[in-house]
Amino acid sequence: MVTSPPRVVVVTGVSRFLGARVAARLAADPRIERVVGLDPQDPPPALRAVLEDVELVRADARVAAGAMADLGAEAVVHMAVTSAPDSQHGGRQAMKEQNVIGTMQLLAAAQGAPGLRKIIVRSSTAAYGASFRDPAVFTEDTEPRAVPRGSYARDILDIEGYVRGFRRRRPDVTATVLRFAPFIGSTADTTLTRLFAQPLVPTVLGRDARLQFVHVDDALEVANRAVVEDHPGTFNVAGAGVLTLSQAVRRAGRVSVPLPEGTFSAVLGLARNLGIGKIGLDQVDLFVHGRVVDTARLVREFGFTPRTTEAAFNDFIAAHANGSSLTAARLEAAERAILDGVRTLRSTAGGGDRA
Amino acid sequence: MLPGHADFALPAPAAPVRLNGRRPIPEVPQMNGHSEAPSANEVPPANEAPQPTRSEKPAEPIDVWDQRVAGALAFLRRRLAGNYEVDDFGFDPELTDALFHPMLRVLYRDWFRTEVFGVEHVPVDGGALIVGNHSGTLALDALMLSTAIRDQTRAERHLRLLGADLVFRMPFVSELARKSGATVACNPDAERLMSQGELVGVFPEGFKGIGKPFADRYKLQRFGRGGFVSAALRTGTPIVPVAIVGAEEIYPILADIKPLARLLGVPYFPITPTFPWLGPLGLVPLPSKWLMRFCPPIPTAHLTEHADDPMVVYNLADQVRETIQATLLELLEKRPDPFGL
Repeated sequence: MVTSPPRVVVVTGVSRFLGARVAARLAADPRIERVVGLDPQDPPPALRAVLEDVELVRADARVAAGAMADLGAEAVVHMAVTSAPDSQHGGRQAMKEQNVIGTMQLLAAAQGAPGLRKIIVRSSTAAYGASFRDPAVFTEDTEPRAVPRGSYARDILDIEGYVRGFRRRRPDVTATVLRFAPFIGSTADTTLTRLFAQPLVPTVLGRDARLQFVHVDDALEVANRAVVEDHPGTFNVAGAGVLTLSQAVRRAGRVSVPLPEGTFSAVLGLARNLGIGKIGLDQVDLFVHGRVVDTARLVREFGFTPRTTEAAFNDFIAAHANGSSLTAARLEAAERAILDGVRTLRSTAGGGDRA
Repeated sequence: MLPGHADFALPAPAAPVRLNGRRPIPEVPQMNGHSEAPSANEVPPANEAPQPTRSEKPAEPIDVWDQRVAGALAFLRRRLAGNYEVDDFGFDPELTDALFHPMLRVLYRDWFRTEVFGVEHVPVDGGALIVGNHSGTLALDALMLSTAIRDQTRAERHLRLLGADLVFRMPFVSELARKSGATVACNPDAERLMSQGELVGVFPEGFKGIGKPFADRYKLQRFGRGGFVSAALRTGTPIVPVAIVGAEEIYPILADIKPLARLLGVPYFPITPTFPWLGPLGLVPLPSKWLMRFCPPIPTAHLTEHADDPMVVYNLADQVRETIQATLLELLEKRPDPFGL
């Protein structure tokens, strides 16, 4: 088995945060000669500086076949997977176009690329679906019990289905599927981090989901190792440990607003239609069922342990301290004030009693 | 023993050790042994608890209450700041010990006057699968079993219950269950807990057990497909059968309105002497006398490769079932009056 890093790497989805970072990291590796970023859109100015050493090709996945053969790509990193519809870029229609059709076309192109040795596909722990009969902890072999309601989760199932087909047709190519837990960290900007950044966080009444996060930097490290090393298979990428939703909200110093599930969905749907929020059924499912995965396979095969969910979330809190109201320091001050109050009250009342 | 008597190996009839409850066990004659008395007196913490507080009080009368207030405030602050640990299954040991167990203990000790035998059969460390009979309309027996294990075993272990998925479908209930250490009854979860060395509690009868009419009390129902046995075999975890007497009488099911149950999406809609006639008051359990006996563990470590053999699994499930049934009958003889002291 070839274990040397690939010489030419194609990265898709470089106009977005994760893809750009992965491409930049690979470009900085001296063992890799060429890193080509493939994206139908130009990267925003903020990511321009990051992508200095990356050759950018503005191309649709449809022309990827030709591009890949021309470039002689040895590895493809497919990061062009969107987790939430973006109303400025075509909404759900465009999201599905990119996730499902984009993956299909990319894999078709990859199948025809003779020099290809390796393919890395971004997936998500949403692949496990959401059901009340689910086991508490998912391993990579757990099959989803029901088709999930969320659009992202359904896209993920489709994407993984295409990868399974690709594995059958090109058994010589090392295919790695990385099922990432929701990203968090000081720099992450996702639907979920925006939700936690607000002073009031809507939650589902009577449910306290178990959440797991992965730090963005750890996700980048895993993606990088998947390219320069050989790790065929599917891997859960998450930080060990669990935070319940209420615990996470409290640690962030936010205030949770529990809504009945029906109201929760209705409010979010209204907000989505008004273009305020982008929270979909994916988040509702996550907040009702929670999602915890087993990362033993990742730790064993990659020799890398992502920082814990708690540590990753602490990094997020440190960067988003300004929206918090119920901070630990304030609670401690309140505790001391009440305790002092009780003591003085007791000493005056009790002193009179005993005398 | 009579000739030709079926030589069924009952659990060792260990001398009843008084562990809790305020009244003596009537079956143990007091004159019988002064040798037993000290061993019985070793355990009860109930008598010891008030003494130190009484001896402390005169010295520093304010201190006790001050500590309590400070402790309660610190607990409240930790909870509000989210400063506590939760495991992968959602188990919150701090909340369980501070809130759930004290409430359950009142039911356990004062309402049901529970007496426990054979606690020495519950392993002090390492995994074990506690298998019990299920009864009582609402699964109070599971909660009482976890209280018994927390209070009576020397290691003060937490019981990790496996619950029906209906429990996890209901809002609030599902979160209470998860926070108190329960999880969905499925093989991956059971095996994960047992391989982590946890005490896992399961009631294989499920709804057939708790929803059976009062006339069928103390008759064990079918044990499903024996999934609990294969989970124990796969992890080589010993199985500890436990018989629970008393739960059958707390809400005696006189009738079951099936159409209403179907309408509400629950497995049964019980009619008891108090429910639904007395409304919410009907939810107060009748104060029956409870007895529990843990039987000697059945080792499974030598059967690990037979986890997928249906014959081995079925036989072992049957052995567990027969042991529980025999122990139930034995316990019932000890308790002639269900509502006695």
